[in-house]
Amino acid sequence: MSTIQSVAGQDEQHPDVALVERVRAGDVSAYDTLVRKYERQLFRISQHITQNREDAEDVMQDAFLKAYEKLDQFQGNSKFYTWLVRIAVNESLMRLRKRRTGKMVSIDDDIVTEEGSMPRDFADWAPNPEQNYNQAELAEILKKTIQGLPEGFRLVFALRDVEGLSTEETAETLGLSVPAVKSRLLRARLQLRDRLTRYFKKKTPAVAPQVNGAEA
Amino acid sequence: MKCTEFLAILDDVIDESIAAQTRAEIEVHLRKCGHCEVVLDTTRKTIEIYRCHEIYELPSEVSERLHNAIMERCKKAK
Ligand SMILES: [Zn+2]
Repeated sequence: MSTIQSVAGQDEQHPDVALVERVRAGDVSAYDTLVRKYERQLFRISQHITQNREDAEDVMQDAFLKAYEKLDQFQGNSKFYTWLVRIAVNESLMRLRKRRTGKMVSIDDDIVTEEGSMPRDFADWAPNPEQNYNQAELAEILKKTIQGLPEGFRLVFALRDVEGLSTEETAETLGLSVPAVKSRLLRARLQLRDRLTRYFKKKTPAVAPQVNGAEA
Repeated sequence: MKCTEFLAILDDVIDESIAAQTRAEIEVHLRKCGHCEVVLDTTRKTIEIYRCHEIYELPSEVSERLHNAIMERCKKAK
């Protein structure tokens, strides 16, 4: 599950900072704690970008190693988690570029089309629509749906809504402006909603509902 | 308020960063516009569903293997 970190007050030190200090002082076990804390998130983010399990596993390992090696560059004024996510995003994009040789991968390609900024399907959903599917079916639907989004939208949604980064953090992590994140987030949410409506909308019965047992 | 105006601030409505004055206008609009009400409700559910369901699960044995590999490499790096 996603960890939504509460925003600590300015003078309040985030517990990660103390752990980072210990690692810097040579205590590797403190890094173990940090890895355990964030490995799931990093794996998910890498999966969202690379859409490939092996790549995500590699990226996650490389990102943690890189963070460890570059720990001296970590500025205490930004959150360690956000800093880590930025490393994982960069590693993931590099991995993608390697796979799609020749084809540039860029999340800051300006998506000029207005497509997807208006909802199309206004059918209401059934109450608790997830319950109409088993775990595996539901996971498949959610995966297929989010994978169908344009890359730039998918990433903004994953970081902002799934991983709980703030709009500003998402912008910083992806190297986008805040308005760009906002416009992508809205379209990502609306497109996902439209696509999920196909699976989750209320079934309108073709015939009048029958009383239980009335059928012969 | 028109539907397009409502949709333009949909994200702020969802993220609950709306001034009280605007909130009142939204409520008036939602009371008479079923479409916007559905869009708001189902967009909220969309986010919630993605938050609550792990679509890229990391089985504990894989997690353990990766974790050990990471720590191994870090120890070597020092
Ligand atoms: Zn409306």
